[in-house]
Amino acid sequence: MTKMPNPYLPDMATIIETVQETHNIKTFRVRIDNPERMAAFSFQPGQVGQLSAFGTGEATFVINSPPTRMDYLQFSVMRAGEVTSRLHTLSAGDKVGVRAPLGNHFPYESMKGKNVVFVGGGIGMAPLRTLMLYMLDNRKDYGKITLLYGAKSPDDMAFSAELPEWLSRDDLDATLTIDREVPGWEHNVGLIPNVLREIGPDPDNCFAVTCGPPIMIKFTLQALKDLGFADDQIITTLEKRMKCGVGLCGRCNIGSKYVCVDGPVFSYAELKDLPNEL
Amino acid sequence: MQTSKFLAEASLGAWLDELAAKAELIVPKRDGNAVVFGPYDPDVPVELSQEATAPPKSIVFPPCEELMHFTQGKDPEDPTKPLLQLEETMPSGRKVVFGARPCGARGFTIFDPVFGSGEIRDPYYEARRADTAFITLACAESGAACFCHWVGSGPADATGSDVLLIPVEGGYVAEAITEKGAELVASSLLTEADANADAVEAFRKKVTEALEPAPALDAAPESLLAIFDDMDFWGAISSKCISCGACTYLCPTCYCFNFTDESRGMEGKRLRTWDNCMSFQFTQEASGHNPRPTKGHRLKNRVGHKFSYYPGLHEGAFACCGCGRCIKSCPAGVDIREIVLAAMAHAKSAGKEQAHD
Repeated sequence: MTKMPNPYLPDMATIIETVQETHNIKTFRVRIDNPERMAAFSFQPGQVGQLSAFGTGEATFVINSPPTRMDYLQFSVMRAGEVTSRLHTLSAGDKVGVRAPLGNHFPYESMKGKNVVFVGGGIGMAPLRTLMLYMLDNRKDYGKITLLYGAKSPDDMAFSAELPEWLSRDDLDATLTIDREVPGWEHNVGLIPNVLREIGPDPDNCFAVTCGPPIMIKFTLQALKDLGFADDQIITTLEKRMKCGVGLCGRCNIGSKYVCVDGPVFSYAELKDLPNEL
Repeated sequence: MQTSKFLAEASLGAWLDELAAKAELIVPKRDGNAVVFGPYDPDVPVELSQEATAPPKSIVFPPCEELMHFTQGKDPEDPTKPLLQLEETMPSGRKVVFGARPCGARGFTIFDPVFGSGEIRDPYYEARRADTAFITLACAESGAACFCHWVGSGPADATGSDVLLIPVEGGYVAEAITEKGAELVASSLLTEADANADAVEAFRKKVTEALEPAPALDAAPESLLAIFDDMDFWGAISSKCISCGACTYLCPTCYCFNFTDESRGMEGKRLRTWDNCMSFQFTQEASGHNPRPTKGHRLKNRVGHKFSYYPGLHEGAFACCGCGRCIKSCPAGVDIREIVLAAMAHAKSAGKEQAHD
């Protein structure tokens, strides 16, 4: 009899590098210690993982590196509670547990041949990063790619090491915005939904992928609707408190759907079919 | 698979001793006003006169269990290099639960499709479930809060049991329901039961006829979804609730759980504990946002899970065995029967109003 895998048992992993992105966001690049497990590891853009800080607990984060770059798995962690605070104390060489991949993924196959607009707010850029880099690494499969990334201030903008490249690429139309004017800021100023209306992406043959704080999502959805995007052209990925990550512990459900297995990625059309409990 | 044997009342103690020699035997015992399951002790009476206050859920799904153990340290060759060892802690050991009622045993058949089927399985649950046998006592009388027949069960339901005991004159007829059960009744203390066939039949008839007619709950799954957004209804119907969670802990079908790490020095463990969906923290997100901010939202989810979402995922079965423990033990008088019936009535009248508009 083959031994059944224990869905709660993490892989041991080592942090190989960290990046202090902002005052409260830290990126961790990790490798699973067992070389065979690391070599066999595969995932799809949008899938999440549970990171363990042993002695404190586990929390869920999207794998924000793309599956096309498997040197390490990257997680960006905003310090908010006990587990994230403990994770922020860790550095290269430290051990963590990884349970991944979990959940569903972005519909990157059915997005082939389409234009894509990414609209990310704050730490909500993390799940978009994996899909955007996957698309840039498979550039010929996708049409025009547009990125609108906003944060409260320049100091709150994660992935700053990558921003110059994103802004300078010919095959990516990137716009950055902050909420209020700051001396020295050379990019847009204004709330994400307003800047999105100014950019005015054409909904024809296009998908919009958005993630960010609830208030930003609410007004971004409105802006996308006003621009003519249909409900099934808008994709988002949800935040929920999760523990098991495999649909058993019973807290991330919306009606009969479990965000940890049926999500976290949903189209706006799918969300409208669910009971109203975001 | 059904073998029936007769167990004389006078042989009960000897049979329990025999069972206790083969496996860890767990029986209901009196503890003040409560009846609770605990290890069999020949010197302490087994309490069969009333249903246990808490169901036998904890025997297969403990309130707190260690899932894994970890040891942190440093590489002796290179002390700058942290080491971490992780080992899973798997339960083992045969158990026999004697004297649960049909509702308590049936609860596990609600857990089975969640924890023990599909691609993701809970190995801790499966190990205990496989190692545990249930010798269940049919109910001669139903209590005021009992409603097992509303949800497809009944006082002599054998679902989830390995042996069902039917009380008859001078003892019990022990019906072996499973192979595990057949092994348990294969004792020289149990004799031919043929002479009791009529008495068993009469018992089943009597307990079934004694039940009040059950309302049809077929419309419950749809109704609960139809009134999902009516927070006036949920606010009003949950107004008595004090969010204490007694209902969840005493429910044979509630299985929501949490993980917690505990450590001391370099040693630590990850625990799984029962969780309580009636608490505000249950769905509280790190950002501060809470999708179920009021007790109305939380009670809606609990009732919705049992009477709408679970049936939608598991072939129409309600995640409720009608034991009534949540009703009997609620300090505020919340009655899940009233909520389900009110939800159906409310959805019906709201539907009619909509038709008139």
